[in-house]
Amino acid sequence: MTQLLVATKKGLFTLEGEGGAEFAVTARAFAGEPVEYAMRDPHTGRYLASVTSAFYGPKIWLADDPGGEWEQAQGVALPESGDQALERIWTIVSGPDGRLWAGGDPGVLFASRDGGASWELNRPLWEHPTRPDWQPGGGGLCLHSIVPWPGEPDRLALGISAVGVWLTDDGGETWRNGNQGIRSPYLPDDAPADTLTYCIHNMHRAPARPERLFMQFHGGVYRSDDAGESWTAIADGLPSDFGFPMAVDPADPDSAFVIPLTADTDRVTPDGRVRVYETRDAGASWTPRGEGLPSEHAYLTVLRQAFGTAGEGDALELYFGATSGDVFGSGDAGATWASVASHLPPVYSVRAAG
Amino acid sequence: MATVTLRGPLKQLAGGSDHPVDGGTIGELLRELERAHPALGGWILDERGLIRRHINVFVNGELAAAETAVGDGDRVDVLPAISGGSR
Repeated sequence: MTQLLVATKKGLFTLEGEGGAEFAVTARAFAGEPVEYAMRDPHTGRYLASVTSAFYGPKIWLADDPGGEWEQAQGVALPESGDQALERIWTIVSGPDGRLWAGGDPGVLFASRDGGASWELNRPLWEHPTRPDWQPGGGGLCLHSIVPWPGEPDRLALGISAVGVWLTDDGGETWRNGNQGIRSPYLPDDAPADTLTYCIHNMHRAPARPERLFMQFHGGVYRSDDAGESWTAIADGLPSDFGFPMAVDPADPDSAFVIPLTADTDRVTPDGRVRVYETRDAGASWTPRGEGLPSEHAYLTVLRQAFGTAGEGDALELYFGATSGDVFGSGDAGATWASVASHLPPVYSVRAAG
Repeated sequence: MATVTLRGPLKQLAGGSDHPVDGGTIGELLRELERAHPALGGWILDERGLIRRHINVFVNGELAAAETAVGDGDRVDVLPAISGGSR
């Protein structure tokens, strides 16, 4: 059985079922509240959710059971008496040493060494000398991608929209950017090489070959084979190079999955057909995977964090949700798809809990 | 000393609805309220010390701001604003 955490505009839904079939909704938490992200910490088994109350601001919450009591995490805030406030937490990621990382708006990183009960702002990134030049994307100045390195807890890659890729090899004490090779459609050709206006939409590492990363960009899909220092365009063969969600098969370093949207001016699935595109050759070619997905007059919007996986290899399960409230899943690595749930509120994130 | 009335989750976090609090202005009073009830930290005031955008504070029934003066016997209500319910 697979347990899915589906974070929505109106609460967190826990779904349980078998890959490739309809799931049952087994719990709803934070009723009425926007839940941006939820995950289960593989080290502790506890559940974490980021919730941004329109009234009371962003918080991280923890629970042993997603249908039970949630407790508020401490320290999820910017320095007091400054000129900025935390707007939102976009992602929570577990590192190989049990450390948890959380990324949010305005381009901030938090770390927790106690399973998410308390958090500390990463000061070197917060105080980075280039920060005054950072510009937000349409969704804000969002740190949405945190990419640990298996077995090397101090190596991390970050994606910040609309700033770029940031890399550390010392656990976040120092940061350098890694945007070489990214071609931005909204910058002039003669923009300085050190420009930091790159609208990263999503980024994932291939766990079986950690120096390889894949990126969905705002107008481009890229691969890096040098740990995020430089990037090669791999969007040829896709119906659009625009989109937000991305996933990889942990067992196959040549694999990536994207869900293209028509364009930044028309953020729906192209031609009214819902299709996931898969590469198994590191982006040299892409294959549409749509068997079982809506194929006519289906104009879905799939948001950045709304694409999750469970398992790997032949047992890879893929799940994505749309702002329409539909959730789809595949129990056979994307070969066939089925409806997992429908009529949910707009889906913000989908993650498998186990 | 004014009496601050909380509702909903704020009431739960503070362990009750009515709280006598000292402060010359609403801003001072809310900071003092947070000091007395640390669980309220970040819920009414953000990191900048500003009243959150969709929280309204009233003094004796009149909408107030952080700099609004308060005095002995004043009644202060902290309420979610209707503007925050649109999402």
